[in-house]
Amino acid sequence: MSAAPTTETKPAPPAIEKIKVKVDGREIEVPRLTADWSGKLMPTTMIQACELAKTDVPHYCYHPKLPIAGNCRMCLVEFGTPALGPDRKPILNPDGTPKVVKSPRPAIACATPVSPGMEIYSNTPGVKQMREGVLEFLLINHPLDCPICDQAGECKLQEYSVDYGQSASRFVEPKVHKPKSVDLGPRIMLDDERCILCTRCIRFTKDIAGDDALGIINRGSFNTLTAYPGKAFDNNYTLNTVDICPVGALTSKDFRFQMRVWFLKETKSVCTSCATGCNILIGSREKKIYRYTPRENDAVNGPWMCDYGRLNYKWIGREDRLTKVQSPKSKVQGQPASWSSALTEIAELLKKTPAGSVAIIASARQTNEELWLISKLKAKLGAISDSVSRMGEGDKLLVSADKNPNTNGAQLTGIAANLMGANLPKIVEGIRNGKIKTLIVFGEDVTRHGMGADLLGKLETLIVSDILPNATTKLAHYLLPGCAHAEKRGTFTNTKGRVQKFMKAVEPPGDARPEWEFLHDLVCNVTGQDGFLTIEGLFNEMANAVSALNGLTWAGIGDAGVTVKI
Amino acid sequence: MIVKRKPLNLLERLYLPAIAGGFKVTLRHFFKKKVTMQYPEEKWAVPPGYRGAPYLVRDQEGNTKCVSCQLCEFVCPPKAIKIIPPGPAGRLADRPNAEKMPAEFEINMLRCIFCGFCQEVCPEEAIFLQKDYSLTGASRAEMIYNKEKLLALGGTHPGIQKWKHKLEEAKEQENFPVKV
Repeated sequence: MSAAPTTETKPAPPAIEKIKVKVDGREIEVPRLTADWSGKLMPTTMIQACELAKTDVPHYCYHPKLPIAGNCRMCLVEFGTPALGPDRKPILNPDGTPKVVKSPRPAIACATPVSPGMEIYSNTPGVKQMREGVLEFLLINHPLDCPICDQAGECKLQEYSVDYGQSASRFVEPKVHKPKSVDLGPRIMLDDERCILCTRCIRFTKDIAGDDALGIINRGSFNTLTAYPGKAFDNNYTLNTVDICPVGALTSKDFRFQMRVWFLKETKSVCTSCATGCNILIGSREKKIYRYTPRENDAVNGPWMCDYGRLNYKWIGREDRLTKVQSPKSKVQGQPASWSSALTEIAELLKKTPAGSVAIIASARQTNEELWLISKLKAKLGAISDSVSRMGEGDKLLVSADKNPNTNGAQLTGIAANLMGANLPKIVEGIRNGKIKTLIVFGEDVTRHGMGADLLGKLETLIVSDILPNATTKLAHYLLPGCAHAEKRGTFTNTKGRVQKFMKAVEPPGDARPEWEFLHDLVCNVTGQDGFLTIEGLFNEMANAVSALNGLTWAGIGDAGVTVKI
Repeated sequence: MIVKRKPLNLLERLYLPAIAGGFKVTLRHFFKKKVTMQYPEEKWAVPPGYRGAPYLVRDQEGNTKCVSCQLCEFVCPPKAIKIIPPGPAGRLADRPNAEKMPAEFEINMLRCIFCGFCQEVCPEEAIFLQKDYSLTGASRAEMIYNKEKLLALGGTHPGIQKWKHKLEEAKEQENFPVKV
């Protein structure tokens, strides 16, 4: 099944008629219809035309993945349309071009469809004045507490005030004060004073998350965003409202007062909490991870991600991480072993094992490259292998029922049985009747999967690689500390077969090493065949060897990933 | 270019007149006003506007002014400042309304170059370059000044207390128009 890698298979979209419009004097062609937030084809709006023309139009309430509200008035632009004579034919200029008549009033670019021959003016003195005016009104009741606001640094109100606003306020009256630090839900803190009433959060939670929890009460200056009385704002997608909030009204309780955003290094990565593989940015500073934020990828997660995945990063920085290599000798001496000595000893042991006496339990939380290296080891040793399946509850939006990030990778590389976990009873049986004498475990606590301490005690050699200590690591003869996905590079194959790569955000603690690095050494020691020592070379080598991945390259899969046939 | 040396005459070769001349200068200075300051027993009076070591200040009510916005940490050219923000579970500020204050604030005085950027960038008027110019310590660790030390050294700087005024303004509006 050597299928050429494709992007998401979709029916070819019907050809959409193109129309010509002018943005700030430059003529461009735009499609007459564009997909809106729900994927339905709607007339292309002026803001979309401006985006295609690479002209920035400031906006607050408009979000490409949300229904249009048109309430912030920030995207006001001037425009003109070709004039028609009494005979309903275009009036021509003396030079033969159609005469364009400027509309007497501006229009909001986010909700006004374009028409053929339309001219959009986004840079006129009038537009500048309108933007200044809108910003002045937005700032009338804004508390300007940027020094204590978590949004500072990624706040659209700050950015647009600098780009389009006035330098001083003319407002001398007392500001309207609203509730501050309102506990909106288990993960969300609301500051009503900062809210500019763009209603992005209301539209998101109603139309995308399907939980109509938020609304605006009171009138005029006293407009206040609030949750439905007596109901907590606690669906699994609440933290997306923090991302789309253009100001600091909705902030994450988890990230509250943790770190200013301008210090965070953002690393492109992939969420590992389920098989969906939402694209994320890891915000880290020095050795600490502070937050995950979704990275837009329309083929996978759009601009959203679930709260569970977003907050599932704290284990990476845990104090009890495995940081030391352990071998039987070092256990006696009470000192950590060195990587080279442990890997050489393991290789010597494995070389001596008779075929069929080794079992490998890898994890579907490991990367494609690591699983492929393990499959090389498996082939050499004639071992039986499998991994552990983790099924849970999924939902309609993003959460997948499969909680392993790389189930498909484990199956493509031949590590997992066709029905994941089907080989586990066979391995248990093999250990019990003494056929299997060596067990290699990666990232799984096998004591929870039918292999109790008494059974593991029967083994001659137990080689374990893991990130956090558990009952299996305690029994290990050889313990190899591994890395979390944020500490290494690699690729996962998600539930739809999309191969996505992730980058390294932080350094691993202590002696811990990326699994693919020491697996490369181990495979080299056991098989005598050297491979690539870089992740790029390793990936390309794997892509050549695994039929489903044929034709892929590390550079070629890019930031958004490539879908392969699974 | 060759500079020709004039041969010394007899008087010059004797040296004694020159020595006498030297002693005359020394003797004259014995009776002049002394210009050497007896440092460190005697200290220099620092002129106003002098930029010495940066310290944190409190407001007139004894509250910490710093809200841990970390702009000084960002702007600091030698990276001498390290601030640990309070986090979500952190202690609330010791002053009303401003919800945030640093859990820890450290200035490494060995790195600090007294440039004054921190004072310039501070939106809260919470850090000022003061008059200390000679900082000593027995170890490197001792030269990292923590929040308590910086506040103790900084003293008080009366200011506009904007957070307090905001709170007062908010209290006046509390039941208007409808209590939410």
